Amino acid sequence: MTAYVVRRLAWLPIVLFVVSFLSFAIMRFGPGDPVTVAAGQYRDPEVLARIRAEKGLDDSLVIQYARWVSAALRGDFGDSILQRTFTVSELMFPKMWVSAQLGVIALAIVFVVGVPLGLIAARLNGTWIDPFIVSSLLFLQAIPVLVLIPPLLWLFALQFRILPVGGWGGLIDIYWVGGVVALPIPDPHLYLPLLAYTLGGFAGVARLVRITALEVTREDYIRTARAKGLSEATVFFRHILRNSLLPIVTSVGLALASVVEGAFFVETLLGIPGIGSFLFEASRSRDYDTIMATTVIIAFVFVLTNLIVELTYGFIDPRVRVQASR
Amino acid sequence: MATATLERSSERDVGAGRGQWRELWGRLRVKKLAVISMVLIVVIYGSGLFAPLLAPYSYTDQNLDRALEGPSRDHWLGTDRLGRDMLSRAMYSARTTLIVTAAVLLTGSIVLGNGLGLLAGYRGGWIDNAVMRAGEILSSLPGIPMLILINAGLAPRAIEATRWIEDHTPLTGLTGTGFASYLIVFAGLSLFSWIGTARLIRALVFQLRERDFIMAAEGLGATGRRVISRHLLPNVTFLIVLQLSSGLGAIAGSEIVLTWFGVGVQPPAPSFGAMLFDGSGARTFQSHPHILLVPGVIVTLLLYAFVLLGDAVNDSFARR
Repeated sequence: MTAYVVRRLAWLPIVLFVVSFLSFAIMRFGPGDPVTVAAGQYRDPEVLARIRAEKGLDDSLVIQYARWVSAALRGDFGDSILQRTFTVSELMFPKMWVSAQLGVIALAIVFVVGVPLGLIAARLNGTWIDPFIVSSLLFLQAIPVLVLIPPLLWLFALQFRILPVGGWGGLIDIYWVGGVVALPIPDPHLYLPLLAYTLGGFAGVARLVRITALEVTREDYIRTARAKGLSEATVFFRHILRNSLLPIVTSVGLALASVVEGAFFVETLLGIPGIGSFLFEASRSRDYDTIMATTVIIAFVFVLTNLIVELTYGFIDPRVRVQASR
Repeated sequence: MATATLERSSERDVGAGRGQWRELWGRLRVKKLAVISMVLIVVIYGSGLFAPLLAPYSYTDQNLDRALEGPSRDHWLGTDRLGRDMLSRAMYSARTTLIVTAAVLLTGSIVLGNGLGLLAGYRGGWIDNAVMRAGEILSSLPGIPMLILINAGLAPRAIEATRWIEDHTPLTGLTGTGFASYLIVFAGLSLFSWIGTARLIRALVFQLRERDFIMAAEGLGATGRRVISRHLLPNVTFLIVLQLSSGLGAIAGSEIVLTWFGVGVQPPAPSFGAMLFDGSGARTFQSHPHILLVPGVIVTLLLYAFVLLGDAVNDSFARR
C-alpha cells in the first residue's frame, strides 16, 4: 500500500512539470514576448532591449524556465501585465477562492441529486420510467451550458426579475425578519451558476450509479441474500446500495472535470470573478505570467483531486489495494 | 466506467470478424432512438456536406437593411446582426463541424489511436510504457484550459505556416478560408483524442497476441509489421464504431466551445461557436431569441443524437 501511495504521489510533480513546461514553451513559441505585450504602443527598441536584458529574457528558454520554476516554488508567480502594480498571486488567489466555493457546493449538489436519481432509475428498471429518466439525463448532458444560460438569464433576471443578471455577492446573505431574527439565506447570485454547473454533472453521476446498481443487482450474492429470506429493504440498503456506492468515488474525478470546464463558460457568461474568467481575460491579452500561473494552478488542483480520489478508492476497496501492491 | 465495460465486453469478441458489423447494425436497427439519432446526424452532416449546393445564400452575404429579422419567406431562419442569412450560416457551420470532427477522428482517433494502441499492445516493453505514460499525462490535464492555451499561443504560428504553404506550393487562397484556424483546432483536439482509442485497442491486442493464429503467423516467419497490419488490424477495426459514437460528440462540442472562446475557427469562417457567441447576451435573447435558438437547437440536437447513439451502441456491445 505504501509503495502504491508513493508511486501515485510521484506522479504529481511529473504532471506539473509537463503542464508548466508545455505552457511556457507554447507561450514563448508565439510571436512577441512579455516586454512587447507590456510595452503596448510604446516601442522604443533601445528601452525594450534594456528591459529584456534586465529581466533575463535574452537567456535561453531552458534557463528562463528554470528561473520561473524556482520563483514559483517560492510562491512568486510574477507580475500581471493587464493590471499593473499587482502581482499575479494577489490577483489569482482571491479569484481561486470564489471558484473553489462555487465548485465545492456544485460538487455536493451533483452527488446529492445524482446518486438517489440513479438508484431510483435502477430500481425502476423494466418499467417505462427508467428509460424516461435515462433519456432525460442524456439530454441534460447533451445541452451545452452556452445554450442554456442566456434563456435562463432572460427568464429569471429580465422577465421575472427575481435573480441578478450576474456578478458575485458571497455565499450567505443575512435576511432580517422584523429587525429581530437574522435568517441566513443563500446569496441570489448563486442560483444560476450552480444550476448551470450541476445539470450535466448530476446527469453523469446518476447514469453511472444506475449502471453500477444494475450490475450489482445481477450478482450472485444478491440472489443469495434474497434466497436466504432477507427483506427487500435489507437487500437494497445493505447489499445493493453499499456495493453501488464504491464506483461513485471515482466519479468525483469525472464530476470535477465537468465543473472545472464549466467554470470557464459559466463564470464568463455570468460575470463571476473566478479563476475561469480570469484565465479567459488573460489569454485574450497574452498576459504571460498570469496565463502560466493560472494554468499551472488549475492543473495542480485538478491532478491533486484526482489523486486523492484514486487513493481514497484504494483505501475503501481492498480489491484495488491488493491489485496495486502486486 | 464506459471504457471498462467496453473492455470487458470486447474480451468476449476477441477475434470475431466482419460479421460483427452486420450484427451490430441488426441490433441498432430495432432501436427507435438509435435510428432517429442516426437520421438526425445524417441530416445535419448532410446539410453541411452539401452546403454550397443547398444554402440559399452565401455565409458572408451581408444586408444591413435586413439585419436581425425573424424568420420570413426570404430568410427561413431569420438574419443575424449583419443581415446574414441564418439558415445558410447554420449549414456552413455544420460543414465546419463536419470537417473538424472528420479530420480529428481520422488522425487523432483512427490513425494515432489505432497505430499507437497496436504498437503498444503488440510490442509491449518500453514502447508500451512510453505510449501509456504519455497518454496518462495528457489525460490527467484539464482539457479545455490546455486547449485554449495551445490555440491562443500557436494560432499566429499556424497563420505563418499557412502563408508558407501558399508561397511554396501550388495551393492558394488558404488564408482567406481560415485554413490556419482549422489546422490549429484540429491539431489541438487530435492531441487529446487518441488516448481512449489507444487504451481500448491495446487491451484487445494484449489478448489477441496470445491467440493461435498470431502464433502461427509468427511461427511461419511473418514480420512484426505484417502481423500488425494483416492479422491484428482487421480484428480491431470493428472498434471504430465505438470511437465514432462516443468520440464525435465530444470533438464537435470542443470545437464549438473553443470557437465561442475566440480561439477556435476564426471569422469569417462560420461555426456554431461563433453563432452561439453572437446570441449569448440576455438582452439579445430578449429582443432577438432566434440568434441563439437557431444554433442552440441544432447543436443540442446534434450532441443529443451523439450521446443517444453512443448509449445504444454501448448497450448492443454489452449485451453480447
